Amino acid sequence: MSRWRRFNLIVGACLVLLVMLTALVSFVWTPFDPARVSSTERLLGVGVNGHVLGTDQFGRDLLSQIMVGSQTALFVGLLAVGISVAVGIPLGGVAAARRGWTEDAVMRISDVIYAFPPVLLAILLVAAVSPGITTAMIAIGIAYVPIVARVTRGAALSVFELDFVSAARTYGRGKTFIFVRHVLPNIASVLIVQVTVLFALAILAEAALSFLGIGAQPPRPSWGRSLRDAQTFIQLAPRLALWPGLAIGLTVLGFNLLGDGLRDALDPRLEVRRS
Amino acid sequence: MYVLRRVGIYLFSVVVASMLVFSVMSVLPGDPAQVMLGTQATPAAVEALRAELGLDRPIPVQYFDWLSGALRGDLGISVFSGQEIAPQVASRLRITLPLAVMAMVMTMLIAVPAGMYAAVRHRRLGDTVVTTISQIGLAIPAFWAGLLLISTFAVNRGWFPASGFPGWGSVGQALRALFLPALSLAVVQGAIITRYVRSAVLATMREDYIRTARSKGLSRSAALWKHGFRNALIPVLTILGLQFAALLAGTVVIESVFVLPGLGSMLLQGITRRDLFLVQGGAFVIVAFILTVNLLVDLAYRFIDPRVARR
Repeated sequence: MSRWRRFNLIVGACLVLLVMLTALVSFVWTPFDPARVSSTERLLGVGVNGHVLGTDQFGRDLLSQIMVGSQTALFVGLLAVGISVAVGIPLGGVAAARRGWTEDAVMRISDVIYAFPPVLLAILLVAAVSPGITTAMIAIGIAYVPIVARVTRGAALSVFELDFVSAARTYGRGKTFIFVRHVLPNIASVLIVQVTVLFALAILAEAALSFLGIGAQPPRPSWGRSLRDAQTFIQLAPRLALWPGLAIGLTVLGFNLLGDGLRDALDPRLEVRRS
Repeated sequence: MYVLRRVGIYLFSVVVASMLVFSVMSVLPGDPAQVMLGTQATPAAVEALRAELGLDRPIPVQYFDWLSGALRGDLGISVFSGQEIAPQVASRLRITLPLAVMAMVMTMLIAVPAGMYAAVRHRRLGDTVVTTISQIGLAIPAFWAGLLLISTFAVNRGWFPASGFPGWGSVGQALRALFLPALSLAVVQGAIITRYVRSAVLATMREDYIRTARSKGLSRSAALWKHGFRNALIPVLTILGLQFAALLAGTVVIESVFVLPGLGSMLLQGITRRDLFLVQGGAFVIVAFILTVNLLVDLAYRFIDPRVARR
């Protein structure tokens, strides 16, 4: 693994750890109550009155809001990716194990769902149900099912051709057993990398949905909604848009770098091919 | 045979997508007829409107009626305004589509030179700089890029309007209003495509025909321009098709940032007004568009690289 790739892995892991720690700490401590409104402390600058990043138009502490916002980002990422993994891996596995018309049907339907971007799926679900973090998570999760199914199928197909799988078949093992016991552990590295990248995409999608007002709803703090609020004050206090955007950017960058680094660490052959 | 098979898959996909859109919307709690007439309406009036809109018929009948209408360009009537949806969608597309195309052109203008430069300077400073910038670009939400661009170029310098669309009466003004929204989308898309262009060019540069060209005395960049560029763009074309879906989804958010009256804004208005048919029609048009672009890219791919059909 080259020094550059190792650097990516370390920086990515540090950024992800930082966000996770921030989220954990925010459960027990924030500099101020993130929901506390103060008419005398509206739009304070950086460092004024102990507000490290300043305050917003309601006098709420920006750092506290960003700290609690990390909970929302990670929570949505975790559950949305959980949904796509829980549905996508079995679908991809069935397609690879059964082949024929089952594979065709799974892949064609995956292609159709792939044509629904997360934002569009969320708009449809919100129109049908109601806006909120649950709707956002479900929409993002469903939108990424085809990606997980496709990656699982692609990786599993090559493993199903290997000798040890043929040996398991001669022992009379069923396809489900072979997939869970022999194929899944062999494609785990590919899936771990994919999950890391999807996590980044889910955080971006949640931020976009909250920005549109169809994701996290008040009083739950969200980086996307903070940016939505900042839009109104872009002329008066452009810095309001800076901090939540940086929080999203650094978190996504962290997951992307971690994904890249893990890809090389878990499968060094890729780096040889890439170079 | 390849073309027929691909068109067959496309038609199947459009039908399945229409089923998905219709089935999601048909579980909507509440009655569109009631919404249309307001809470003061009598039950008899609501029933009469339900019958007029065809909502009293079985769901499969409603679906086939809606689909056949949609395929003929009739997307029904807006619950909120009482006007036909198709002309509204067409008028909104006059902003959304040029925005998406403009963003795609800007994406190519950013990604192709940057990706090629990084590949030519492989493992040197230039490559590292381009790769790092594209990694950062991947992490930026397009709507945040939009807010920063508004702050920098609209609010501080006044070069571009911060919001709104003047209409196509003056093409120059219209393009000026779409410039920053398109750039916001292109910054992110450009980062993604740069990585693909770089990888594709690197792969092409390892091909035998490039080595042959070099052995005949051509410089590295001359061999790349004369022989490698067209071949490197083949895989990039597929990614561009797939990214067009992301771009159209991106316009929904960007239209909200720049207050553009496009298709995305129409969908969001539809949610606020609980206008079932409007959201249904708009969403179906977007998905059908994405599927059509994917089909066209696949067909174009087949003509650019005939080996695809043989495979």
